[in-house]
Amino acid sequence: METFTGALPALAEAWVLILQPAVIGYLFLGVLMGLCVGVFPGLGGIAGLSLVLPFMFGMEPVYGLALMIGMLAVVPTSDTFASVLMGIPGSSASQATVLDGFPLAKKGEAARALSAAFASSMFGGIVGACFLTLFILVARPIVLAFGLPEMLMITVLGLSMVAVLAGRYALKGLAAAGLGMMIGTIGEADAGGSLRMATYDVPYLTDGLKLVIVGLGVFAIPEIVSLLRQDRSISKDARLGSGWAEGVKDWFRNKWLSVRCSVIGVIVGVIPGLGGSVVDWIAYGHTVQTTKDKSKFGKGEIRGVIGPESSNNAKEGGGLVPTLLFGIPGSGSMAIFIGAVALLGSGSIEVGPQMLKSNLDITYSIVWLLALANVLGTLLCIAASGGIAKLTTIRFTYLAPFLFMLISFAAFQSGQNFEDLLALFAIGLIGIFLRRFDWSRPAFLIGFVLSNPVEKFTNQAFQVASFRFRKSFEEGMDYVFSPIVIVLIVVTVVSVIVGMRQAKKIMSEGESVAGTKRAPLIFLFFVAAYLVSSLINASLIPDYNMTDKIVPLVIGGLALLCCLILFAQMVIRPEGDAIFADKEIAGEDGDAPHGLWATLSWLASLIIATYFLGFILALIGFLLSFFRIRAEANWGKTLVLTAGGVAFMCLMAGALNRDFPPGLLQGAVDLPWPLR
Amino acid sequence: MKLSKLKVALTAGIAAAAISTSAAAVDFSGKTIEWIIPFSETGGSAKWANFFAPLLADELPGNPTVVVKFMPGAGSTKGANWFQDQKHNDGTLLFGTSGSTQFPYLLDDPRVRYEYNDWTPVMASGTGGVAYLNAEDGKKFDGSANNLQGAEFIYGSQGATRLDLVPLLAWKMLGLNVEPVFGIKGRGDGRLMFERGEATIDYQTSSSYLKGSAPLVEAGTAVPMMSWGALNANGEIVRDPTFPDMPTFKEVCEATNGCETSGDTWDAWKAFFVSGFPVQKLAFLPTGTPQDVVDAYSKAFDAVRSRADFPEIAAARVGKYDVFVGAGATTALKTATSVPESAKSFVKNWLKEDYGVDLSQ
Repeated sequence: METFTGALPALAEAWVLILQPAVIGYLFLGVLMGLCVGVFPGLGGIAGLSLVLPFMFGMEPVYGLALMIGMLAVVPTSDTFASVLMGIPGSSASQATVLDGFPLAKKGEAARALSAAFASSMFGGIVGACFLTLFILVARPIVLAFGLPEMLMITVLGLSMVAVLAGRYALKGLAAAGLGMMIGTIGEADAGGSLRMATYDVPYLTDGLKLVIVGLGVFAIPEIVSLLRQDRSISKDARLGSGWAEGVKDWFRNKWLSVRCSVIGVIVGVIPGLGGSVVDWIAYGHTVQTTKDKSKFGKGEIRGVIGPESSNNAKEGGGLVPTLLFGIPGSGSMAIFIGAVALLGSGSIEVGPQMLKSNLDITYSIVWLLALANVLGTLLCIAASGGIAKLTTIRFTYLAPFLFMLISFAAFQSGQNFEDLLALFAIGLIGIFLRRFDWSRPAFLIGFVLSNPVEKFTNQAFQVASFRFRKSFEEGMDYVFSPIVIVLIVVTVVSVIVGMRQAKKIMSEGESVAGTKRAPLIFLFFVAAYLVSSLINASLIPDYNMTDKIVPLVIGGLALLCCLILFAQMVIRPEGDAIFADKEIAGEDGDAPHGLWATLSWLASLIIATYFLGFILALIGFLLSFFRIRAEANWGKTLVLTAGGVAFMCLMAGALNRDFPPGLLQGAVDLPWPLR
Repeated sequence: MKLSKLKVALTAGIAAAAISTSAAAVDFSGKTIEWIIPFSETGGSAKWANFFAPLLADELPGNPTVVVKFMPGAGSTKGANWFQDQKHNDGTLLFGTSGSTQFPYLLDDPRVRYEYNDWTPVMASGTGGVAYLNAEDGKKFDGSANNLQGAEFIYGSQGATRLDLVPLLAWKMLGLNVEPVFGIKGRGDGRLMFERGEATIDYQTSSSYLKGSAPLVEAGTAVPMMSWGALNANGEIVRDPTFPDMPTFKEVCEATNGCETSGDTWDAWKAFFVSGFPVQKLAFLPTGTPQDVVDAYSKAFDAVRSRADFPEIAAARVGKYDVFVGAGATTALKTATSVPESAKSFVKNWLKEDYGVDLSQ
């Protein structure tokens, strides 16, 4: 009770702090900067925060907080533009949004999808703030109740969403998820440091693949390539259907869904160590399970946008709890935030356990600045959405080269290696084939995202549990089967059973036509071959590093089993069966005027030219030749578009102090920036 | 009259010219200095560099912008290997290393393709560390580990070849049976495991201990055991100035039966402790940097540490420890990287026997 009596005055003080014109001004500035950074896929809050960090030293605390929070709050809002309009998941927070948001854009309903997403984001942000205001006072023991078994179970719950998103053929979905998990294990193991499908001779692989690259490769590249082949605009009839008001109404009709998903977002966000990777999938799964007519998911169901978007801004609020109460950052941007807070003013604010005792007013200011920034950012985004949605009516051939430019740059930012571009291309190929043969790409991505947490929490929970069991059987049982774990097990089991019944109706890959046996069998063979080689690779890890081999062996084995059953089914069933789904036979891709390899070779040419000339020179050549040859534009248009693209790239990179991929040329000659 | 005016103008001109030439030698005005940190944004090195960057910018000639860039990967060896290939250009490249960069170098990790002796250190700073126990076992601790012989503990660890090598070896020497749970992302996560009761023993660097763990001690859920200590001018381990009332590991070891403060094991522990704590973080300029640039940086870092408010602002961010510049930094580098061959082979052997880590591949 004592905690609550102190809360009201602190809350009032917080509002007095916030409602100063200068504070609102800084917040607005932060929001604007955050929107600009967030539209750029793959950069996220870290780039923006690094930009303002030098100014934080000695700054008036509330001003600095307003600036930083304004920026942090709107990044998950503004990256919705890229995910809905282009099918590019800007960050892990917008992966599930792509599933239905992009199909809506293709139907010409981009503005509606965007405004529904923004309305949900804003609402989620506010629900998050209200919830936090009370929750933060009692959060500490609750956060501490989430130990390793609990976190493992939440990860498993996230993984169980594969059941919902597995697609028409559950086995294919499972195999895709297994493949995703196996690709997630590439590199140095967290626990024992053993190498999996990597060698020290290729240092790039030892760190594993980055989520940004896999997200872009699996979702963005297949869509960009497919649209480019069809040579049309994103919106099928090159026009915009219903406007932004419709989206807000959609949100209002689904406000209870929005409430539920916001709460899911806050709660999962509160648990340190999970971060945002599972939230939007759990929210999406929940949305699917609570929708009566499931036939439209994956083809442009507005609820599929509202659910995940409600959760991802609420999650940012929830993420403040471990950050502020324990001083443990939930993400890279939160880590910079913690560092920056200590620079503010006289350095008297210290993020950590004492935030509630000595700085409750500041804590509340942070919570409500976050909510306010959400409102500001959303209003700006909704205002802009009608105009920006017009991008979907432009002939895609004029858009695609810029998208190739953006995703290459985004991929490079994730690790600043040339290999990032190669990895992007390789994962893009996997994505293209997963899409072609109707293997669920969301399942693949969920597998990849959760591969590391599953492995980590399994190993750690097992180790701590065996320590407890050694003490006494009861202590071990208490640890493993805590009430939270039991609840989560029940939720997971129910969600898998319900999900399996529904999965067949949810076409996460859209409609497909079935074709001959040959192509699907060849793909299956490649997947199985990769699984076999990684299984052999894992089995070579010495036994004392059991922690590094057990998960790849089990998961790889299960995935391979799925492949074998699929193989048997493919042999038995006649051609034309749904199992042989192949988008190249007919439909949008099959009937497209341009071939797959010719289209893909444009991206390849940009990457190869970058290897020799560095990114900017390669980009100039790429844009010039693309517009002249592929788009058949006249020289005037070509030059203007090329100059515009390169200038935009340089401006953004210059302002954010980012490098471009260098090539062999840069190794030999010293060139001035941006050619460097 | 006219002449004297001219004279004044001339002298002023000459003086101005003299200032500008001396400044032109090392002048960073309008330039951007990139401080590369081979870790991610979340670690202690990021905190360290972000703390020094704006201060350094104020003191360098020409007040350049100092930005911190992160190049994480392969436990910091990726960034260090990259830095090894960099040559002096215009003095706008600075590189920061930590104990996690020193240890693989000392242990001949196969990934290491860098050589500390090629680089020019301009600044070095250290930290301390404190080990603490859960309340129940804490009661049995009486300044020695005699009542804790063979007791079993769980510890959330980032990996045996990282800085955790120092606490793990210390506990082993005291006869504690500590089982590390590997794969923790940072010491903060380790502390959280301790708070959840999953881990039963933990250590934190000084500033994190004060912020995160001292409240646990106050609340009675943790009992401090020992600090790692600090080095005095003679290279001996003395009490940590931040924790003058806490015994050092050396004292606890002396009081514990079977723990010896001499011999191979002790020498190995001490060597790695020195490399990992009192000289934990170093800032370097690349190979071939001319002396005037080095001096400019040394001077700037000297000015930073001499700021009147430095002890106060540093205490919260990086702890109350000495910052070495110039010749001090060079000595610090030597201290941090000269580990006797016997200590190396002892540690390699121990890592292999206890944790199956084979560094010879």
